[in-house]
Amino acid sequence: MPSEQHSLEAILSQYAQNRDSLIPLLQDIQEQFQYLAPEAIAAVAAHLNLSENDVYGVATFYAQFRFVPPGLHHIRVCEGTACHVRGSDRILESISRSTGIAPGQTSEDGKFSLERVACFGSCALAPVVVVDDKVYGRMTAPKTQKLIEEKK
Amino acid sequence: MSFKGRQQQAQAIWEQFTQPGRLRVLIGSATCGRAAGALEVKQAFHEALAEANLTETTDVVEVGCLGMCFAEVLVELRGSDGTRVLYQGVEPRHVKDLVQAQLINDEVYAPLALAMMGESGTEIPAFDKLAMIAPQVRVVLRNCGIIDPTDIDHYLARGGYSGMARAFELGPDQVIEEMKGSGLRGRGGAGFPTGVKWGFARSSVADQKYVICNADEGDPGAFMDRSVLEGDPHAVLEGLLIAGYAIGATIGYVYCRAEYPLAIERLQGAIEQMHQEGFLGSNILGSGFDFEIKIKKGAGAFVCGEETSLMQSIEGKRGMPLSKPPFPAVSGLFGKPTNINNVETLAAVSAILEKGADWYSGYGTEKSRGTKTFALAGKITRTGLIEVPMGIALSTIIDDIGGGVLDGKPFKAVQTGGPSGGCIPAQFFDLPVDYEHLAEVGSIMGSGGMIVIDQESCMVDMARYFLTFTENESCGKCVPCRMGTQHLLRILTAITQGKGTIDQIETLRKIGDTMKKASLCGLGQTAANPVLTTLRYFEDEYRAHIEENRCPAGACRALITFSIDAATCTGCGACKRACPVDAISGEKKQPHSIDESLCIQCGSCRQVCKFDSVHVQ
Repeated sequence: MPSEQHSLEAILSQYAQNRDSLIPLLQDIQEQFQYLAPEAIAAVAAHLNLSENDVYGVATFYAQFRFVPPGLHHIRVCEGTACHVRGSDRILESISRSTGIAPGQTSEDGKFSLERVACFGSCALAPVVVVDDKVYGRMTAPKTQKLIEEKK
Repeated sequence: MSFKGRQQQAQAIWEQFTQPGRLRVLIGSATCGRAAGALEVKQAFHEALAEANLTETTDVVEVGCLGMCFAEVLVELRGSDGTRVLYQGVEPRHVKDLVQAQLINDEVYAPLALAMMGESGTEIPAFDKLAMIAPQVRVVLRNCGIIDPTDIDHYLARGGYSGMARAFELGPDQVIEEMKGSGLRGRGGAGFPTGVKWGFARSSVADQKYVICNADEGDPGAFMDRSVLEGDPHAVLEGLLIAGYAIGATIGYVYCRAEYPLAIERLQGAIEQMHQEGFLGSNILGSGFDFEIKIKKGAGAFVCGEETSLMQSIEGKRGMPLSKPPFPAVSGLFGKPTNINNVETLAAVSAILEKGADWYSGYGTEKSRGTKTFALAGKITRTGLIEVPMGIALSTIIDDIGGGVLDGKPFKAVQTGGPSGGCIPAQFFDLPVDYEHLAEVGSIMGSGGMIVIDQESCMVDMARYFLTFTENESCGKCVPCRMGTQHLLRILTAITQGKGTIDQIETLRKIGDTMKKASLCGLGQTAANPVLTTLRYFEDEYRAHIEENRCPAGACRALITFSIDAATCTGCGACKRACPVDAISGEKKQPHSIDESLCIQCGSCRQVCKFDSVHVQ
């Protein structure tokens, strides 16, 4: 798409052609396009004079980067220690069951994607689920089921 | 304007903010407050104030975290008579009543009142006297929840940047002596004396040096750094500037987790204000010192909390650690001498320079000076962010500050130090909390996560949980960590599934010991700690899994069955509706039963049962 192409170039032009621009650049691109498409990786590699292999090497090292588009509703389940002792594994399982997807996947209809996150730092509200940047605290399996039904 | 003049100007603004006369609404709006609905409450206040024609005469301000996370959303109201009352658990539906009572009638709204700020002449306790607050000493958290973190005037008025001004008077060498005198040790986990570390970096000769603030708070279960960055960003940035001045660095980086967007926003705003005030740029306050601060967002790798990995990440590489020496103080970021401190350390630095080394070293124990923040979470009544003098008894933290284990259940253990730390069992309940004592029992101070565990948590499962984390986060560079975490996790998983063998207990110890000795960085050297400490104190639980196919805590799903007690079941049907796999059957008002062949041990039925009729075996 021409407009996207344009804004990809616009993002690239804001960054100096140094190696230390790599991670901020990838973060910016993901924020704009929700994920890192192969074309974006190639463009970044060309801009910074790195090999695509190098760029993939860095991008895959960090948990933040995605290589497939997320679903309409992006669900993140906190797996921090506080959430774990308060039953986050059951929350994750319940969401998997209601949406039919495993962590790291996007549902076939593109409605949901599911991700495990190490900790949101909202431990006082454990267990925590974040849907589209809204935080839901003190979750239970029945509460998550209801939440997913509402979003369907 | 001179710095003194600027301070006086800020104090005038602060006085206006704190003097009675104007009505005031302070809303705890850090990430945790927001998650609990702080912004919705704020909106409700705006609406209620407009309706009551009070918009013009009331200040509504978002403040950081007071640390009483269990009571979110927290709102402090000041009425026209100057009375300040802290309210807990505020929801939008309460706001109209609160405005009517406190702001219009000058009466306390009793149902939600938690404490009186300042003196209390009523039945409601004074804030400082609350069981959760009284044992605390707030140095790092001195401004959190009290000032508007987006207003540099508030920070200046409460003594902010006078540490910087004093540092310029003392000169770099004296600043380092001051840090040594304070006894401050790195709060990121390892506890290395900060002044000594600065001394190393100062004595390195180079055309360019760097200082870095490590705000990559990756320990699951820890949120101290986030709260400080959100509630008082200038305290950290001032500390970073002082560190830069002391070692002779002109560029500082804050490496902050991308998962903390509000912290990053607050840092960006604060850096802009520093520029406007002339606290960044060239020749700051006429000292001849030039300094700039840049923010780098982490991209989600736990190993980047390790200093050499963090620097690799700033350079745009995979965050893999390097062997030391050379130490960062000699060759760090871009090959230049670099000093790296964590958020809490730097927030203490600005206070120490302001108030002096003697003041700070007056707190704590002989070898562990000062105060330490902890994120208190897990199965505890009052979850929160606390700051206590080093050496305080663990029991004071858990019983007095935290209000004891949730639902009055017996205390089993507390996990400190996150994935690098260990579980401290109930027999050490009176242990003084400082670097030495925690190390003695096999745990570490770490960055300050403190997760309380009750009888429902299985210690083998806890170890498995942490190894799942470290196995995933191991960067893979060195063999002991890469293979060690994999094997530990494989064995622990087998044990929690009832497939373990007795000789594996020794294997776990051997692998853990090897990882400790042979891993390249702190991640691998400490990753076995959760296994080794649970083995040390809870070997009987491991044995029960292996020898009796039994999980004493009733947590490991392969080893438990759920059943309904027909004597107490009322047949309400709540469990039947909650069961995701239709394993529960029964007529209305008749005792229900669970079909074991269908049950997936998810525990939903137990969670919804109001009569405690669902049992685990």
